[in-house]
Amino acid sequence: MPVTISIPAPLRQFAGGQSQFVVEAKTAGEALDSLTTTHTALRRHLFNDQNALRNFVNVYLNDEDIRHASGPDTPVKDGDTLMIVPSIAGGSVVEEEVGQELPELSNEEIMRYSRHLIMPEVGMTGQKKLKAASVLMIGTGGLGAPVGMYLAAAGVGRIGIVDFDVVEESNLQRQIIHGTKDLGRRKIESARDRLRDINPHIEIETHEARLTSQNALQLFANYDVIVDGTDNFPTRYLVNDACVLSKKPNVYGSIFRFEGQASVFWAERGACYRCLYPEPPPPGLVPSCAEGGVLGVLPGTVGAIQANETIKIILGADSDLLVNRLLLFDAWTMKFREFKLRKDPKCPVCGENPTVTKLIDYEEFCGMAAHQAPAPDTKLEEISATELNARRLRGDKLQIIDVREPHEFEIARIPETKLIPLGHVVGRMNEINSDVETIVHCKGGVRSAKAIAALKRAGFPGRLVNLKGGITAWSEDVDPRVPKY
Amino acid sequence: MITIAEAQLNEIREHGVRDYPYECCGLLLGRYTENGKLVRETYPISNAREESAKRNRFLITPDELMRGERYAASHDLEIVGFYHSHPDSPAVPSNYDLEHAWPTYSYIIVSTRADQATDLFSWEQEPDRSRFNEEEIQCQ
Repeated sequence: MPVTISIPAPLRQFAGGQSQFVVEAKTAGEALDSLTTTHTALRRHLFNDQNALRNFVNVYLNDEDIRHASGPDTPVKDGDTLMIVPSIAGGSVVEEEVGQELPELSNEEIMRYSRHLIMPEVGMTGQKKLKAASVLMIGTGGLGAPVGMYLAAAGVGRIGIVDFDVVEESNLQRQIIHGTKDLGRRKIESARDRLRDINPHIEIETHEARLTSQNALQLFANYDVIVDGTDNFPTRYLVNDACVLSKKPNVYGSIFRFEGQASVFWAERGACYRCLYPEPPPPGLVPSCAEGGVLGVLPGTVGAIQANETIKIILGADSDLLVNRLLLFDAWTMKFREFKLRKDPKCPVCGENPTVTKLIDYEEFCGMAAHQAPAPDTKLEEISATELNARRLRGDKLQIIDVREPHEFEIARIPETKLIPLGHVVGRMNEINSDVETIVHCKGGVRSAKAIAALKRAGFPGRLVNLKGGITAWSEDVDPRVPKY
Repeated sequence: MITIAEAQLNEIREHGVRDYPYECCGLLLGRYTENGKLVRETYPISNAREESAKRNRFLITPDELMRGERYAASHDLEIVGFYHSHPDSPAVPSNYDLEHAWPTYSYIIVSTRADQATDLFSWEQEPDRSRFNEEEIQCQ
């Protein structure tokens, strides 16, 4: 089919001074190929190094942008006219991503990242952007493990890790960045070694610290993107507010049992975590993974989504990010759902009249401090595992109530105890003999304290004593045959 | 060389200060002459980038460009270049500017602050796309 291509004035010098060409072609792409084969100097002004149409160059078939049709495959017919129209973009040198010179890639790096390099969405420029980028991971637990490993493998040039924990056996079911050989090691060291092994071309910076309102802004200032892999509400609000205040994207993920959530909270472009959840839940209402459990694979799925979005932020995938979108994943039903989020103009931190303009006390905000301080009239009586054992051996008259869940009871139990899960303890109060001293225990001592408070509120007349450290302490101090979980 | 009247340069400067702290942009309409370009009119364009990116990006959509093109044609003019502002930064093109430009056109950049426009330079892309060269401005 003969089609006409009209050449804009500035490019005519590369087309022998002509303003129009007639070429034979079946598609718009073929027409452009035919034109640029005869006028090779034109090609570099229309196509980039990856042979894709430069992103500011638009081709109109009659009156329609071919990007809105089938791109280069848009069919052309006899008598059609193709017009080449630039859209004009520019930016001042202050812009970070373009202002700084991107680093070069060595031959080893080119080899390593070849599967990235051959995709136009990444290419040499994208891979160099990854190399120039820096990401701070909060936590090297279930979420931090895949995030760190994939970001290191992808060639993110500088990765910072914040953690203060040591590797424990119960971590290994999901925190695949750590191994059995790392038990008892500091997590930041174990993680650093693993990431170095994955990719020796990148820098790893370790920060052995708990993230606090005092250090967060200073830490965040040195990184482009923050990835939230925390497991508690105070830190989650802290990460959010510090990201809003320092104008950084917060790549969020959270997990519980079989359910995961992911989003990109970026106040500059959309909703923040507080637009979604202005207030934390009352303390104790939402159990942690340590209490409620988590499928080991789940943080793998959610963390991989966080790594994915982090890489896209660095590559500049502006409109396709998980911004203003909350992704919910159910690993049991194997379903993804998505909710639209909106920036809340009344948001206390990113809204029009913010009331939070500096970092606050997040423990207090989440009611933790108040929760931890015992109220004077509900003084909790406690007993240690060794003391309990001694009293039992002595033949003291007492009963032990286990307020854990039945499936936990299956894993480990203290002999001669009665199981009444926390949720039923008040309803089944009459099964507890109030004439005998009652020891209440759970896994670590938190739920049993709640059970005691609930029983007292419900008017239970007997003496209630909490087993400090729960069955875990029993295993450690009395009977190591009882497994820890 | 680009030939332009002082009044038009002032229009560009004023547009830049008006839109501060965002970048402003517009078309330069005129004629291609034997020794360069002659500007007859400036044609301000609303910055099409979303609010958050306006501070260091500007964009003239092809639709707007076509509208400008039609306006120019009806006045027997051509698009000879573009102008834009760099708020609080020098009037020199960035790598981003280089990536998104064509030769022959004039790219006038004006450096702006809250209350005034400072430097103003015109740039032309090297035909091999490797860099921008400063273009002489002849003020009428």
